[in-house]
Amino acid sequence: MAEIFTISLIWSTIRLTTPLILAALGGMFSERSGVINIALEGMMLAGAFTAAAVTYAVGSPFVGLLAGMGAGMVIAAIHAVACIRYRADQVVTGTAINILMIGVPGFLSGAFFLSSGSTPQIPREQLIPWTPILIAFVSVPITWYVLYKTPFGLRLRSVGENPEAADAAGLPVTRMRYAGVLLSGILAGIGGAYLSIGQSSLFTRNMTSGRGFIALAALIFGKWRPVQTMLACLLFGLTEAVTIQMQGVVKLPSGEDIPVQFIHMVPYLLTIIVLAGFIGSSRPPKALGIPYQKER
Amino acid sequence: MLELRNITKRFGAVLANDKVSIVVEPGTIHAIVGENGAGKSTAMRIAYGFYKADEGDILVEGQVHNIKAPHDAIALGIGMVHQHFMLVDTMTVAENIVLGAEPGSAIALDLAKASVEIRRLSEEFKLAVNPSAVIEHLSVGQQQRVELMKALYRHARLLILDEPTAVLAPQEVEEFFSILRRMREQGKTVVIITHKLTEVLAISDEVTVMRDGRVVGRLQTRETNAAELARLMVGREVLLRVEKTPAKIGSSKLRVRNLSVTSRAGAKPVQDVTFDVRNGEILGIAGVEGNGQTELMEALAGLLSPSQLSGEIRIEDRDITREGARLRRELGIAHIPEDRHRRGLLLEFDLAENSILGVHYRPPIVAYASTFFDHEAIHKRASEIIEGFDVRPANPDLPARALSGGNQQKLIIGREFKVDPKLLLVSQPTRGVDIGAIEFIHRKLVDLRDSGCAVLLVSAELEEVTSLSDRLLIIHQGRIVGEVDPKVATIEEIGLLMTRGH
Repeated sequence: MAEIFTISLIWSTIRLTTPLILAALGGMFSERSGVINIALEGMMLAGAFTAAAVTYAVGSPFVGLLAGMGAGMVIAAIHAVACIRYRADQVVTGTAINILMIGVPGFLSGAFFLSSGSTPQIPREQLIPWTPILIAFVSVPITWYVLYKTPFGLRLRSVGENPEAADAAGLPVTRMRYAGVLLSGILAGIGGAYLSIGQSSLFTRNMTSGRGFIALAALIFGKWRPVQTMLACLLFGLTEAVTIQMQGVVKLPSGEDIPVQFIHMVPYLLTIIVLAGFIGSSRPPKALGIPYQKER
Repeated sequence: MLELRNITKRFGAVLANDKVSIVVEPGTIHAIVGENGAGKSTAMRIAYGFYKADEGDILVEGQVHNIKAPHDAIALGIGMVHQHFMLVDTMTVAENIVLGAEPGSAIALDLAKASVEIRRLSEEFKLAVNPSAVIEHLSVGQQQRVELMKALYRHARLLILDEPTAVLAPQEVEEFFSILRRMREQGKTVVIITHKLTEVLAISDEVTVMRDGRVVGRLQTRETNAAELARLMVGREVLLRVEKTPAKIGSSKLRVRNLSVTSRAGAKPVQDVTFDVRNGEILGIAGVEGNGQTELMEALAGLLSPSQLSGEIRIEDRDITREGARLRRELGIAHIPEDRHRRGLLLEFDLAENSILGVHYRPPIVAYASTFFDHEAIHKRASEIIEGFDVRPANPDLPARALSGGNQQKLIIGREFKVDPKLLLVSQPTRGVDIGAIEFIHRKLVDLRDSGCAVLLVSAELEEVTSLSDRLLIIHQGRIVGEVDPKVATIEEIGLLMTRGH
């Protein structure tokens, strides 16, 4: 066991938590405004692919990062227009976006790089392993401040809890919701960009592998509050880090290795257990998932 | 102060406001009365920018203004307190009050400054509110004060109040009225939308009466009376008092002995309650809402788990404490629940389907080898109820949702009367029901009593429960704290028992 709990485990945890925090905080802005954001996964994929492709083409990871944010925002805009303007079902729209974003990067990489789903390798000196980590952990107190200490945050929360009340108070409900969803795209985009140009050095097909959903679970587990959500993300990040270290180390009583596929299941199992056990005590924003329609 | 000029508003095919003109003089309390659906709220929501009028002008202090959204109305000094409060439950009083008009800069909310201003307004208008309390922990009366503060904080000079007393206990209403009078003294103008005539006469200076989307009268309050207002509202003479002969009381039908209810959360909403209801009488239970009436009625109707009950419920000699709702119904118990949307109707189902609830499993509804519905029988039953209880529109294929509250209530009452009950449990029979329909429902209840049925009546309306009941029990914090003769007891006497328990 001592082989598992080392300093490198801490670093590994931080690296694995970073994309979760970014996506979960993004989800927080969207869901606090009343729009379910199951599309975090798709927004991360858009961010990851675009950041890698642009960094490869331009040679600057910061331009790549900005492009990743932009891509996340574009996907968020699709979600926002469908959910807010056209009052589509938010879960269905989000699911559609996720499915779409499994296909689109593959298609574009085929067109640009003649590959089947991945971008070319990016040289080591063009990666940004630290900036997104910094952004993620600094975003937690900033998000807290914005939500609870600024008029914008008060308005955003009111729109997610009781849009009629916000409307009666003279607030532009739909504009607040657009702001929430677009912010979620930007943050999820950074989270995705970190995967491709921070943690690794290229985009590979479906490289988020469910992190958007785990972030969503962390958001629920963290009761839609910034600090608790960060702690939930750290828990999921730690679990993933431990499972990586466990590979080849922890053995069955018979002395055989545990098949790696089983070890990979652990973070997802934990997600299910946590949600099944704690979701009841977590209270979502009251108007979450309900489109707002003004009577006219 | 405010003038609506020839306002017309359609919702689809429905003409909600037809050339409505209302003039509200500054510094007065102006009542707008009318039955449900008369267009009172629509007209005021237009003034507040919630709806947009199809035609007509809104004048504020003599100037025509284009009010497109609440935002514009607020800027003109108009505040509105809606029937369903527009508060964010999870946020604090101060946060709710400042929402949309936050003090401080865009990057820093200054709630301390807001609290100072809120305290100052509290002082000025004698509105006690704690700025740091969370809304969901407040009583409805306190929440209403927060709503008033919201408008005052925005420097509203005209306050529009939509059915403000519907949620208040009698004592709270008095206190609320004194707040309104204080506002008038401070130079504010108040518009109060209501359908309670006693309140119109008690509080207003002027009154506008609406019916079917039109203004049918504008009167000085001191020159009118309840009978005249009722006639204008309904369009015909209305009997405001219940007329009944002395009760011909028979033997005990329902015997409740030491009944206590434990809620799932472990509270004891009903404690050690004992009483009888006899054939041919209406036994009333008066009390401020939330004092155990709901749980008591649910316990009697068989809607609670037997494990939550202790004590004894008997129909004549049969102990039914542990029996379920179906057997109780078969013994002749009918139940008109207080919340018609939660317990009374399936809103998405049509009237025919709703009219068979409770008898849906037995002939003649079920025929053909006791397996299939007899649709002819269902429609016949529905039509009889619709006709007998004047449910409008009289179309058994409409979903229950399409009916007004009063007509939904008439359907439920008709359904429960249809089973020839031996004991009727009825809660809040006329909540949200128009005065024309109230008169009808009251007469039906008295008729049922005269036919020998035992009736147990719970109502938050003191007027109603005192005028209908032959005997009256008062409930306070889950206990029966007294029995009075409704013919001789005064409202003050009953009110004291309701609020203090002695």
